[in-house]
Amino acid sequence: MNWLDIIVQGVLLGGLYALFATGLSLVFGIMRLVNLAHGDLIVFAAFGILLAVSTLGLNPFLAALLAAPVMFALGWALQRYVLNRVLGKDILPPLLVTFGLSVALQNGLLQAFSADTRRIPAGALEGGSLNLGVVTVGWMPLLTFASAVLVILALNRIFYATALGRAFRATSDDPVTASLMGLDPKGVFAMATGIAMVVVTVAALYLGMRANFDPSIGPARLIYAFEAVIIGGLGSLWGTLAGGIIIGVAQTLGAAINPEWQILAGHLAFLLVLLIRPRGLFPRAVD
Amino acid sequence: MLLETRALTANYGQFRALFGVEITLDKGETVAVIGANGAGKSTLLRSISGVLRNARDMVQHRGDGIGAMPAHQVMQRGIAMVPEGRKLFPSLSVEENLLIGGQVRKTHGPWSLTTIYDLFPILREKRNAPGTALSGGQQQMVAIGRALMSNPEVLLCDEISLGLAPVVIRDIYAAMPRIKAEGTAIIVVEQDIGRALSVSDRVYCMMEGRVTLQAKAAEVSRTAIHAAYFGAAA
Repeated sequence: MNWLDIIVQGVLLGGLYALFATGLSLVFGIMRLVNLAHGDLIVFAAFGILLAVSTLGLNPFLAALLAAPVMFALGWALQRYVLNRVLGKDILPPLLVTFGLSVALQNGLLQAFSADTRRIPAGALEGGSLNLGVVTVGWMPLLTFASAVLVILALNRIFYATALGRAFRATSDDPVTASLMGLDPKGVFAMATGIAMVVVTVAALYLGMRANFDPSIGPARLIYAFEAVIIGGLGSLWGTLAGGIIIGVAQTLGAAINPEWQILAGHLAFLLVLLIRPRGLFPRAVD
Repeated sequence: MLLETRALTANYGQFRALFGVEITLDKGETVAVIGANGAGKSTLLRSISGVLRNARDMVQHRGDGIGAMPAHQVMQRGIAMVPEGRKLFPSLSVEENLLIGGQVRKTHGPWSLTTIYDLFPILREKRNAPGTALSGGQQQMVAIGRALMSNPEVLLCDEISLGLAPVVIRDIYAAMPRIKAEGTAIIVVEQDIGRALSVSDRVYCMMEGRVTLQAKAAEVSRTAIHAAYFGAAA
């Protein structure tokens, strides 16, 4: 058993989980909204990419590039016309609405695409690997991890170096005072969900290329995403990446000991972190 | 008339806080609104700024009813507020707090980062510190600067001396003449009567949600204020 290999594969797998989780983390960080339909939105975007690949004959990356603005618009509208209406002091209404959305999305996808498992064809990338001497890593996991890091770098850049990011942080701090600055909190939230849906599209691309998917798998992706967000500390994007890596490494370690333990090991790692650091590894100071 | 309230009636939670309040503000004028705790001064400012929304015609700006407008639209018309308790954004640095004030309403005017740092030089030194790491007085300077960054036509100041040491209050009020000199109309809500009168052209005194006195600041007598403030028979 090559421990180094297991750790490296685990870290790379963590990149995928971080991609699942980043959109969730972003939306929660800005508006304290827990989107229970997040996993289903990833699956929805994966079907969208698949549709573009199969009907237009596009390369999956090109298809994702096409899907991203569509998903942005859908996320913007979802926030503007649905979720903004239920945001408030009570956290229950948005939970119920997004839960309902999750059920509706699953059934809608089932109706449109049937329960068959699908996969986005990725051509030569699928089996290719890179030999680094000590370990061999697949191109796909490597690309997934690099994308996760790039997405988080880009989001941090938006957050800390642009006027939009300043508006995000201010509105997250205090929506009433933000409105005294001329910012419309509802518009700011809609932008945030739109951007989260672009991240969802990236997550969907790798979800669909790496493994089989069908309309029912959203909630399971949501669990990993949740765990990554909580481990990292609510609202911290690098924390979310760390959370994804911890789950990924725990899963590959568990699987190396006994394949039946893969999923369980990830959840146990999550519980362990909660036990030691209830607020996650990198909690935000203000909350 | 630049800004005016007409029969403004508003609630603070379940309670009626304003009963038919009528005040006016002319271009370039400074008006003080004084009164004891709970007189409805803050509710008045919150109603004007759009944080509290009322019937459309209860607040008039340049002849338009803005009483029902949300706060961000009121602000974009050039009515900026320095909220009670300063309310700096803790996730933003001092400079970012200032920048966000001028981010949405971009107008040409006298106020920019440079001129605000000239007005409050200590802020230039602390510009990269988080807003909340500053002293109360410095935070108040940021809050005022943040509102000025949009080059407002009307500046609403809610209790800017609250909780500050007298020497700090003096420094902050020292900036008022320079703000007035740029042609900004100001409404100052204060409990500190002397301080409010010293910068104002006119004064309104409020008690229990009603205007009990309006007068020219230079002419009003202490006895009249006393009567209007506490409701004591003169």
